[in-house]
Parts: sequence; C-alpha cells; structure tokens
Amino acid sequence: MEKVLLFLIRAVLQGTPLLYGATGEILTEKAGNLNLGIPGIMYVGAISGVIGGFFYQTSGSVNPFLAILIPLLSCLLGSLLTSLLYSFLTVTLRANQNVTGLALTTFGVGFGNFFGGSLIKLTNSSTPYLALTKISKAYQNFLPFGNQQLGGQHGFLIYLAVVLALIVSFVMKRTRVGLQLRSIGESPATADAAGINVTRYKYLSTCLGGMIAGLGGLYYIMDYSNGVWQNDGFGDRGWLAIAIVIFAVWRPHFAIVGSYLFGGLYIMYNYLNASMQVQPLLQMLPYVVTIIVLIFVSVRKKRENLPPAALGLSYFREDR
Amino acid sequence: MSSEITGKKIKEHEPLITISRRKSMAFWVRLAIRAGSVLVALIVCGLITRFVTGDDPISVYSTMLEGNFGDLDKMWYMFYNLAMLLGVALALTPAFRMKFWNIGGEGQVLIGGLATAVCMIALGGRIPDWSLILVMLISSVTAGAVWGIIPAAFKAKWRTNETLFTLMMNYVAMYLIKYFIERVDQSGSHTVGPKLLSHGWLPTVLGEQYLLNIIVIAALTVIMYAYLNYSKHGYEISVVGESENTARYVGINVKKVIIRTMALSGALCGLIGFLLVGGFSHSIDPNIADGRGFTAILVSWLAKFNPFTMVVTSFLIVFMDLGAEEIATKFGINPSFSDIMTGIIIFFIIGCEFFINYQIHFRKKAAKEAE
Repeated sequence: MEKVLLFLIRAVLQGTPLLYGATGEILTEKAGNLNLGIPGIMYVGAISGVIGGFFYQTSGSVNPFLAILIPLLSCLLGSLLTSLLYSFLTVTLRANQNVTGLALTTFGVGFGNFFGGSLIKLTNSSTPYLALTKISKAYQNFLPFGNQQLGGQHGFLIYLAVVLALIVSFVMKRTRVGLQLRSIGESPATADAAGINVTRYKYLSTCLGGMIAGLGGLYYIMDYSNGVWQNDGFGDRGWLAIAIVIFAVWRPHFAIVGSYLFGGLYIMYNYLNASMQVQPLLQMLPYVVTIIVLIFVSVRKKRENLPPAALGLSYFREDR
Repeated sequence: MSSEITGKKIKEHEPLITISRRKSMAFWVRLAIRAGSVLVALIVCGLITRFVTGDDPISVYSTMLEGNFGDLDKMWYMFYNLAMLLGVALALTPAFRMKFWNIGGEGQVLIGGLATAVCMIALGGRIPDWSLILVMLISSVTAGAVWGIIPAAFKAKWRTNETLFTLMMNYVAMYLIKYFIERVDQSGSHTVGPKLLSHGWLPTVLGEQYLLNIIVIAALTVIMYAYLNYSKHGYEISVVGESENTARYVGINVKKVIIRTMALSGALCGLIGFLLVGGFSHSIDPNIADGRGFTAILVSWLAKFNPFTMVVTSFLIVFMDLGAEEIATKFGINPSFSDIMTGIIIFFIIGCEFFINYQIHFRKKAAKEAE
C-alpha cells in the first residue's frame, strides 16, 4: 500500500513540469500558434532560473524570500524573451510556425546546455553538474507542510501548476477574453472582422504560455532535482508536454490528469518488477497513447475536441 | 462606432505602418536579401563569439573555416555531414511540397536504421554479405515507408493532424531502438556497436569510408529534382499542395497522392538510416540521426523546397555547426555553442523572408497635410 502511495506521489512530482508545459502550450495553441519551441523555452526558463540563483547564492548570505524571488523572476524573464522572439517572427513577420518553433527548440536547448556547461566550469568542480542546494531548500521549504510528505520534500510550485491550469481553463471557458482568444484560433479572419485585435492576443497568449512553460523548467531544477543542473537533464519532457496537449484535447483541466498519468507512465518501470529490457517499452507508452487519442479524436470529429482550426497558420489580413 | 462583440470604441486613424503582400520580386533582389541576412547573422555570431571567447573577429571566422576545411579528414567529414543532412532534407521535400508537415523525419531515419541493424544481427554470417546488404536495403526502406504511411493514411482518411502525429512517431521509433539495444546487448554497456553488427558493412569506394554515402546523395539530389519538376507525380504533388479542391476537380486522387508521397518520403528517410548504420557507423543508438530529421526541415524550407538550393542551405548549417564546434574545442567552451549559432542564423533567414514576401508602407506625410 505504501508503495502505491509512493508511486502516486512520485507521479505527481514527475508530472508537474509536464503540466506547466502543457498549460502554456494549450494557451498558445488556442490562439492558433503551434509553438514547437516549448521544449526549448522550458530549457531557457530552467537555465535562466539557475543563472539568477547561481549569482545570488555565490554573492553571499541567502535570504529565503529573495532566494525564491530572484530565480523566479529571471526564469520568467528568460522565457518571456524567447517567447517574444517566437511571437515576433511568427506573428509580426508571419514566418512559418513549424520552422520557427523547431529552430527555437534547437536554440533553447543549446542555450541551456551552453550556459549550464559554462556555469559548471565557473565553479571549478570536477563533477558534471551544478548544485544550488540553498536555493532549492528555499523552494522546498516555502510551504510549512512540504517536508512531511512520503515522497520527500516538495514546494509550492506543485500547487501553482494546478492553480494555473485551473485559471487558464476558467478564463478560456467562462470569460469574454477566453472566447475571443479561442475565436482567433478557430478563424482569425472572423475574429478580426469582429474587431478583436488578433496580433495583441497572439502575442499575449504566446508570451504568457511561454512563461508558464518556463516555470516547468524552473520547478524541475529547483524542486524536483534538488537544485541540481545537469546538461540535457531535462530530457524530452518538453515534447511530452506537447503530447499531453493532444491527450487533454486542448483543455487545461484535463491536462492536470494527463500530466500525472504521463508522469506515472514515465517512472512506472521503477515500480514494476519488470526487467530492464521492458523499460523502454514502458517509456514509449505515453507517446503511443497520445497517437491513439489523436486518431480517436479525428475519427469522432466532435467539434469541441478537434485542434483549433487555424492552428499553425499565420494570419495576414489581406489574404482573404 | 462601436462593436457589439468587443464593446470597445474603435478609433479611426491611419496606422503608422501598413503592410501589403508583394507581387513579385526580381531574382537578384531576393538573392541579395537572403545573402544580406546570412551576412548579418554571421556578423552577429562573430560578435557573440568575440564576447564569449575574447578572440578577435577575423580569427573567429578563420577558426570556423578551419573546422570545415582545416585538413583532408575534416573536409571529408564536412562533406559527409553535408550529404547526410541533405539526404534527409531531400527525403522530406516531396511531403512539404504537398504541404504535408512531416516532422517525423527523425523517426523515419531511426526506424530505417533499426531495420538495418535487425537484419545485420539476425542474418549476419548466415547468408553472403551481398545478399545481406540487399535484405538490409529492402527492409530499411520498407520500415521507413511504413513509418510514413501510418500518419499519411490517417491524414488522408480522417484529416488527423499530421504535424503532431509524425512528431509522436519519432519517439516511438526512439524507444524501440532503446528496447532493441537492451535486448541485443549482453555486455551491459547499453550500446550496439561494430562488434555485434559485424556483417553487412557497405563497401568503401576508392578506400574512402565516406565516399559511398556522398555519391548516393549526390545522385539522389538530381533524381529528386527531376522527379519533382518533370514527372507526373511531381506535378500532382504540387497541385495537391496548392489546393486540394483544385486537385480533386482536375481528377487527381488526393488520398492516393498523400499516401504515395509520404511512402516515398518515409522510404527515403529509411534509406538514410540504412546508409548511416550500414555505411558508416556500424552501430545503432537513438542518436544516430543526430537531430537531422529536425534540422532537415529547416534546410528544405530555407531552400524553398528546391533540391539544388538545398545543397547551399545544408552547407550553411553544417558549416556553422562544425565551425562552432571547432571554436568550442579551441577555446574550451561548451560544444552546445554550435546550437546557439545555428539557431541565430536560422532566425535571421526566417525573418528575412518577410521582406521578400511583404512590403512595408509608412504613413505618408502628404496624407497628414491633407487632413
């Protein structure tokens, strides 16, 4: 029984970065922008937080409040800047979204590993990683009840992920802003004709989405891996987040369940008595499940479950 | 004037900047804009490198040149990388011309490589090498084609989003390879190298290990150009890409074209996997494609899907990559530096397309005075 509980907690911990990424990507995609740069943005968010934390920690005494605030702000700034770059290229310059997104992922992962590697060199340590233990402690101990759980310490970022997903879900479904946002994703020309500022919405949703996704990177470093940055440590979680968007049929509140499920699938091999050989097949499961959902949704053709109709297309007013 | 939906008042004013689509542009102007953007990108990269390494700009560029053309080995390696990247780009191009966003090139290459490795292990030493190579070729091409046909069939029948579908297929292929490695490797090293894949190596041409792959890709470039521009299939692909309705109207079987083209695209990716595993590395791991499936998308798109232009664009990417690697080695900085450089160059080229496709008009002063 305890083992099952432990597994469930680990699944939530593992699913949280995916939830941030998925929430951010849903927000972006609902306005019609398929941001394949999300994996890169999550790397940038993570390393920006690490850079902020590193310089704060090495500067002297660590105040727990500032230890949380500085990496948080630098993470948000880093992911905002990269999202702005993507928005500028795809919305203002109307570049192809797939190409821009993939280039951004190459850039972002490279950016993370380069600065991560450089910081590791700065510390003159022989280990291939960088540990921000004090900062990480501040994150994990922010909530008074965080360290009494079975799965070890955990911080507020886990709860923030759920809150953000619910907020995005609410805004999208229940508010005028959300309605206008969704209308842009379905048909930007119609939205434009109705007087909605397409450019502003696309910028806003992409940048906010990018910042939320960036927090996933920050959580992974500061909370999940106890402040340890390792090059390529974040792995393919960014792509898994994009898979969850499909799995959750573009609904953030489904993404909560989806993320924890995928998080569980991601670590399930540790808890089954399966041999090492089967491990890759278990890790493959999330992607197979996503493909099945994608097929299922497109076969059923229920309007509200389909991808936004204008997903991946740039909008130019004169092109009607 | 107010709008029912936004509930906001709309102020009437002439915007400072208006944008319109350009009808056409002389070839040399387009070329100049693109060349200009590459130049600016190279300058920016040089400045960043100078900032990071403290080296002077001239020496930065000469280091990059050295990384590509420094000695005979480096040149061969550069051409080999160029050929492999170009090969994947060529494979993806028919699908892109059809506006089918196949971002599953990585997975199609990997599954081709996996099929090759499976044949090498299962049949190696039991049948003569020449027939083994034939079996490897057929199975890798088939595997790649299957990996392409699956998303294409769903796209054709139910309009399933192909971008997301092909993306997911990449990871299925990647984990299948990991599974294969776990199954085959008994030593616990988590690798399957030349020791296990000891049979079915492709012959070396003129004693150069890279030459065979380069020749195959060179031939493929010419064939692909002819296929896309002078064959009935190529024509059908273009029509479907321009407008599916038009294609249907003139009697083209759109579903058939989508599936056939993706089969070709996947099969060629499988061929690259075959060349990578059988022709050079004689080993398999999830990194054999080395991100080429993704980079090739950029290569193909930057070249406007023209096979000969792709030679130039893939050279540009490979040049930046190897050049930045050389800088990283020389100054002892992290090799991921090359990814940053490649990213910057691509951003500039993507951005410059805007100035080719659109025209910017500033608010005229005369209009202001007339008010």
